[in-house]
Amino acid sequence: MAPAARGAGGDLKILYWQAPTILNPHQAGGTKDNDASRLMIEPMAAYGPDGKPIAVLAAEIPTVANGGVSKDLTTVTWKLKPGLKWSDGSAFSSADVVFSWTYRCDKDSATTTFSKCADVASVKASDPNTAVVTYTAPNANFYLWGVGSTEGILQQTQFKDCVGTKAKDCPANLKPIGTGPYKLVEFKPGDVTTYDINPNYRDANKPYFKTVTLKGGGDAESAARAVCQTGDIDYGWNLNVPLSVLQPMLSAADSKCQFPISYNALERVTLNFANPDAALGAKRSEPDTKHPYLSDIHVRRALAMASNRAQIAEKQYGKPGGEAYCNVAVFPRSKNTDSLDVCKYDLAAAEKELQDNGWVKGTDGIRAKGNVKLVISYITTTSAIRQNNQQILKADWEKIGFKVNISNSIADTFFTNTAPDGYAKFFADLQEFASSQDPDATDFMDSNYTCANVTGQANNWNNGNTGRYCNPDYDAVIKSLKAETDQAKRDALVIQANDILVKDVAVISLVNRTAPTANGFAKTLKGVKQSPFESSLYDIADWSK
Amino acid sequence: MATAAKVSPASAGRSAVVLRAQRSLWQDAWHTFSRDRLAVTGLVVLAVITLGALVGPYVWSDQGKEIDFGLSLSGPSLAHPFGNDDLGRDLLARAMLGARVSLAVGVSAVVLAITLGTTIGAVAGYFGRLDNPLMRLTDLFLSLPVLPLLLVLVYLFKDTLQRTIGLELGTFIMIVSVIGFLNWMPTARLVRASFLTLKQREFVEAARSVGAPHGRIIFRHILPNSLSPVLVAATIGIGGAIITESTLSFLGLGFPPDQPTLGRILYEAVNYLDFAPHWAIVPGLAIFLIVLAINFIGDGLRDALDPRRKI
Amino acid sequence: MGRFVARRLLVAIPTLLAISFVMYAILALAPIDPLAGFAADPRVPPEVRENIRRSLGLDEAWPYRYVKWLLAAVQGNFGISFVSRSSVSDLLWQRLPTTLAVVGVAYIVGVIIALPAGILSAARRNTVTDHVISLSAYIGFSVPTFFTGVLLIIIFSIKLHWLTFLYDSRVTVHDLDSLVVQIKQSIMPIAVLGLFDAAILTRYIRASMLENLPLDYVRTAHAKGLAERLVVLRHVLRNSLIPVVTLVALGVPAVFGGAIVTEQIFHVPGIGALLITSIGNGDTPVVTAVVLIFAVLVVGFNLIADVLYAVLDPRVKYT
Repeated sequence: MAPAARGAGGDLKILYWQAPTILNPHQAGGTKDNDASRLMIEPMAAYGPDGKPIAVLAAEIPTVANGGVSKDLTTVTWKLKPGLKWSDGSAFSSADVVFSWTYRCDKDSATTTFSKCADVASVKASDPNTAVVTYTAPNANFYLWGVGSTEGILQQTQFKDCVGTKAKDCPANLKPIGTGPYKLVEFKPGDVTTYDINPNYRDANKPYFKTVTLKGGGDAESAARAVCQTGDIDYGWNLNVPLSVLQPMLSAADSKCQFPISYNALERVTLNFANPDAALGAKRSEPDTKHPYLSDIHVRRALAMASNRAQIAEKQYGKPGGEAYCNVAVFPRSKNTDSLDVCKYDLAAAEKELQDNGWVKGTDGIRAKGNVKLVISYITTTSAIRQNNQQILKADWEKIGFKVNISNSIADTFFTNTAPDGYAKFFADLQEFASSQDPDATDFMDSNYTCANVTGQANNWNNGNTGRYCNPDYDAVIKSLKAETDQAKRDALVIQANDILVKDVAVISLVNRTAPTANGFAKTLKGVKQSPFESSLYDIADWSK
Repeated sequence: MATAAKVSPASAGRSAVVLRAQRSLWQDAWHTFSRDRLAVTGLVVLAVITLGALVGPYVWSDQGKEIDFGLSLSGPSLAHPFGNDDLGRDLLARAMLGARVSLAVGVSAVVLAITLGTTIGAVAGYFGRLDNPLMRLTDLFLSLPVLPLLLVLVYLFKDTLQRTIGLELGTFIMIVSVIGFLNWMPTARLVRASFLTLKQREFVEAARSVGAPHGRIIFRHILPNSLSPVLVAATIGIGGAIITESTLSFLGLGFPPDQPTLGRILYEAVNYLDFAPHWAIVPGLAIFLIVLAINFIGDGLRDALDPRRKI
Repeated sequence: MGRFVARRLLVAIPTLLAISFVMYAILALAPIDPLAGFAADPRVPPEVRENIRRSLGLDEAWPYRYVKWLLAAVQGNFGISFVSRSSVSDLLWQRLPTTLAVVGVAYIVGVIIALPAGILSAARRNTVTDHVISLSAYIGFSVPTFFTGVLLIIIFSIKLHWLTFLYDSRVTVHDLDSLVVQIKQSIMPIAVLGLFDAAILTRYIRASMLENLPLDYVRTAHAKGLAERLVVLRHVLRNSLIPVVTLVALGVPAVFGGAIVTEQIFHVPGIGALLITSIGNGDTPVVTAVVLIFAVLVVGFNLIADVLYAVLDPRVKYT
């Protein structure tokens, strides 16, 4: 394809059913804000579709081979592209890079991207075109700082008075100046954002579209209609609707939309290893209690074997939505689990597992052992797909002698550490939700399943391990993973950790969903290369019609 | 008095005059009501729907909860006269299961709201002293943010209620109280307004001058004359309550996802309107018929209970 | 009358204080969190979330926060939104024109339809006209807005391609063309809301007319030999309008509260949409401001309704 002329296209119309409310990625309240700011604010490099970094502001990706990364894996030297300019025409320099680090790592700035600051000892400008990052210790994940959608560089001139407590209500948060392909025209928080081409953008032939309108609000179903049926919208974000709604729109003769396929969001059923019995009062779901029947591996195995992942993936998600998945880690993907019985749907085997291990059917058809009955409470967020998943799983589980009570709560409440029907307090036996992983799975595997991260009253229900799963063998593998610097060995350790979780049924994975989100876009839109690790709009400069 | 019904047609003209004085208000009302064709039709329709909801699920063999993807979104057929939903479940069976819950929720919630509203409105309108505090309470309820309030209610009571009286009954009581306690305000305003006007009327002043006690004046003289707005509010409220219930389900406050209600089935059907329109027909029609029947009954009741009708 | 109004205005202050306190307590107790969007995201760990909560002042006890908020609010300062970090007043002003253009116009349309429909329905009681109007009203309020909204979208946007269901708040009416654009984008939400309002109002107006039809003065008018038309228009209407005016006045605050469902379906950035997303985001400064303004309107319009009542109906005495 010949390079399209800059600004030859007209207006690009994007629809986000969750509307952006702020345009500073470091103060973002969610993906929507990150994405809306990404048209202007850029990082040093982006994670490409294969998880490998692509240079954005950097002239090249530093590696050990090209000398950009020190042999001991503690310092990384980032060379900037020459002649970079901000959209207001002023020169971009390494001082801005250093400033952005100062800004986001000032505790009082209260940035949402603060977590990586602990691993970075300093960011220094060795010359106007070079920034040097020094980690506190040798870091195998040396792209931690600088690569990805959380790593945007802010303009020092604009934000210099916004550091610390003043960051909270800084006007620049709503109209940042950036280096990206577009500059802001108007921003109405929670409604619509309009952009115009950045005349100082580094690539003379890009972007193709002259203006961008990012409309917010509504719901996923109507967004899908606007993209696939009326064609009013060129790009719709997170069209997460049941396949039975989406399929007729896709297969219609005049369907106007397509979906990229890149999976990296694990939809899973988390099992509660603590006891959620209300009679326990303050001890409810505390890590030192034990679940009456989910602590029994046979019960967990039976649940896993009676979970029809293939049917859920095929009927609820389809190709645009996700694939059936039994592993926990997405990158790298374990092959060892393919043959495991807990990954195969087999009702008879599941029933046998319960029968052989003392769980016998009572007169009411519910299996029990002693006075422990297999009555399950299963909660998730309010969403058409998830409610269907619940009902499909319930039907199968009840066939083998469980009694399942399902319930749901709106996402806004579910994802809090205060709500009794929230995911953190987890006053239920099972819960279902999804989250994505970095190309390096360490963070995910650590925060979700190690003993140190078990959530509970002691940490104000802030920790990530909501299943309260604790297994010293697993912790040992994660410990060596964190210390390992050789990539091949790291991959082997991730797979080893993954296999432990799957065999032990610490969690029941269902579907590996489309990532970053199930975005649908016009068939006429070209050049879109979604990356499961990046903001949905990271490559908007390459899009054309 | 019971002889009234047995009067032979020949003597009806003469005896009616004599017997009218003997008939109680309620018998009299029933007499008028039973002659109102629309009202009786409404009663019959409502009875049929109620019967269908109560008995239907036992007669119609399909349980409405069987998932069968082979039948997903298939239209009406002999085996499934109203077709199937996206999980292949029989819609007739689901609608019958749903109507049971919806009717119970709609009627109970409205009875609660109307009772509360009428009491507060009557007291405020009749006793000038209590008017201000009660109306300010009404203001308070009118301006409370409903959604956060609902979330707080779940937070505080859902668990306890479900634990003490069971999952189903607990949820039911929760929903009925939530809808009832959040919808009495318009009725209270209407009844109060009606009371303010009526208590200055001649017949009330007459009753007062002969020393009738407050209770008698309120219940015998003013309330029957204020019934009209109350009945309108009630009949409008039932449709509203059935719909509101579906909204609550989607906040996670309502019945569990596998318990169908008419409002919920309709809500789920909406996204399939263009390629599986049959889904929306049963719940939509059922809600409409219920609302229609109840309105006809309400109109008939109002006419029957209207004290001025006899003039 | 003057003393009555003055006293009511005085009572309004403690009422509003009570409302604001209860509302603040509810929001403080409700399980909502401005950082819920980052839950289950290992990139935003617990310490970071706690730190952000602290920077927003959420670590202080809520009664203390309430007093601070109240002191600022009485000076017209509603604070800064937790999620957009801009002034709450700015956000509200941004939403107001759209809300009035859609929800407000819909309410007016509803009243304009309901007045003649309700009057006609009562005056021609038990005729075909009455039955048609009543039946339409029953359909109107038994079919929920989420249903009619989607139905209209499927017919007019998807099948016919006549109208858009993506409301654009940037359209300003300054000439004929922009007026057409504005009408084309707002006609569906206005129809959905307006017809729903009209259905309910029609029933109330009909009922209130029927209350007055059999009254003594009406019969006197009839006895004097006045034409039916005149009786209805001059006598019944005037008196039945009293509760109707009250009813209409009491419905006005709801306009400013927005219409959550319809706004969502048609992507209308009104106050209803702002309220619902702010609740979801745990954005308490925005929620409290919207609710407080709503409370002021409720109290205000209740007062107006009561005054109108006394002015229009000489039989009502205020003590």
